Amino acid sequence: MNVAGHFSYWVTILLMVAGLYIVIARGNLLKKLIGLSIFQTSVYLLYIAPGKLIGGTAPIVSPAFKVYSNPLPHVLILTAIVVGVATLALGLALVVRIREAYGSIEEDEILAADRDGGDQE
Amino acid sequence: MPLIAAPLTVLIRRSAPAWAVAAAACTFSFVAAVLLAAEVAAHGPISYHIGSWAPPWGIEYRVDALSAFVLVLVSGMATVVVPYAWRSVAAELPRDQVYLFYTMFCLCLSGLLGMTITGDAFNLFVFMEIGSLSSYVLIALGRDRRAQYASYQYLVLGTIGATFYVIGIGILYLATGTLNIADLAQRLQHVENLRPVLAGLAFITVGVSLKLALFPLHLWLPNAYTYAPSAVTAFLAATATKVSVYVLLRFYFTVFGLHLVAERLPMKEILLVLSIVAIVSASLVALYQSDLKRLFAYSSVAQIGYITLGTSLASRDGLIAAVVHLFNHGITKGALFLLLGGVALRAGRAGLDRVRGLGRAMPLTSLGIVIAGLSLIGVPGTAGFVSKWYLVLAAIEAGSWWLAAFVVATSLIAVAYVWRFVEAAYLCEPDAGTPEPGEAPLVMLLPAWLLVAACVYFGFDTSYTVEGARRAALLLLGASQ
Repeated sequence: MNVAGHFSYWVTILLMVAGLYIVIARGNLLKKLIGLSIFQTSVYLLYIAPGKLIGGTAPIVSPAFKVYSNPLPHVLILTAIVVGVATLALGLALVVRIREAYGSIEEDEILAADRDGGDQE
Repeated sequence: MPLIAAPLTVLIRRSAPAWAVAAAACTFSFVAAVLLAAEVAAHGPISYHIGSWAPPWGIEYRVDALSAFVLVLVSGMATVVVPYAWRSVAAELPRDQVYLFYTMFCLCLSGLLGMTITGDAFNLFVFMEIGSLSSYVLIALGRDRRAQYASYQYLVLGTIGATFYVIGIGILYLATGTLNIADLAQRLQHVENLRPVLAGLAFITVGVSLKLALFPLHLWLPNAYTYAPSAVTAFLAATATKVSVYVLLRFYFTVFGLHLVAERLPMKEILLVLSIVAIVSASLVALYQSDLKRLFAYSSVAQIGYITLGTSLASRDGLIAAVVHLFNHGITKGALFLLLGGVALRAGRAGLDRVRGLGRAMPLTSLGIVIAGLSLIGVPGTAGFVSKWYLVLAAIEAGSWWLAAFVVATSLIAVAYVWRFVEAAYLCEPDAGTPEPGEAPLVMLLPAWLLVAACVYFGFDTSYTVEGARRAALLLLGASQ
């Protein structure tokens, strides 16, 4: 297999796994969101990279251009980026409110606080 | 329509007109869904091309027997929950946030309806995120501070699920070069190299399973349902997971087809085992909960197990059972959570210790909970019986008597956890925690009882549900051959 030729896939997989690992392994809510963001970003690469041909241009119908890049993945990922930004913004807003309510953004401290004050209203 | 209503409610900023707009939007979509369903039943699938771009290039909206069925359930539930929300939300949220609740509610509804109606795999992802993002907000509106943490957990897991789904779609797109669901199904039959397709199938399965809370990916659900405002719990429990089940059915049978799902990967066996574990473990956990909302949230996980169990049998009766149960469980759980919202309003929260003697304090509410509980168990004469009946039929048809026995046996666990409520409400003396005698407000009781009545009605008159499900099942099996 041509390892160097599949460079973009290796990067995608690396980012994907790293992001997912951060989400699972880190107790800090902010760091979890960072991991989530990296995980989502890897998907952008998964879509974009195969859509680009080396030497390809934008798909303009003209006899001067022969090789086109596929524009559809770019459009899709533009949508996905917007979704990602919205998710991140909402996640951060929730973290702010959790910080106000609990005084902490460490997962274990929050769980401990809930156990102590468990059944209070 | 709900999508237009959402910004309208923001602009209005007052709770009463915002409520009116939301109610109008929900009623309109319900009527539209019923008309669509009738149209589809009479003339076959309808296809609408957005911006007049013909599929497979443009985005296509496609309504067939299955999606029409789910559309009716989702919009119907929304129409029932909105009048209920009038009092319930006013009691649980600060006044200045009430109009925002309706905004999010409309967005969530449009996301769910969009997921059901779209014929484009990537468009489905966008709608999935519209629905999920607004439901995170709805859950975070809960009074308890744990609601925010529950919402955060749901956000992280939900986003992972959605991202897995996009990865799966990306792989399929690379393999086939199309995103239209019908087109995807056709081109997949000619794909030579199956390995990436199977990887895509695996990614989509995991992603959607997270959304539908299939065991062991259900961890977000109990917290989210427990701490969300009552109206939100009722709406999400009745619709959000059901729409995800719809997506799973659509991908398994319409896109991949049985020969890929069942023969190249042991998907049927995996689903079967996970469903069984989900039913047993979640029912047992439900037995030991002291909060009623949490108890029924775990029971939701178990009921979703029955739906996927029907799916995993992949026969005609199995699919009928899955689709009917999707509908019946939707109305049953909707009714339960709506009634519990009334209890929470009167008693402060819906703990088992607060409902002692509730049978006397709130007779109508208690009776409703018991009837909906019977439907959950699957007692004859209620909606739950019909779906369990088909599930048992499908199990016998598949030749596995033990599975039929298993379905009946696990219903006994449901008897046990519903009995815990009955015991507390009817056999215990009222004590300090019990609310003063007096029913929940009529606007909350009426929608809830409407659903309870529906539980009983669909237990006797099965023509609509079973016929709808039969058409959907035939469609799915026809598409997969």
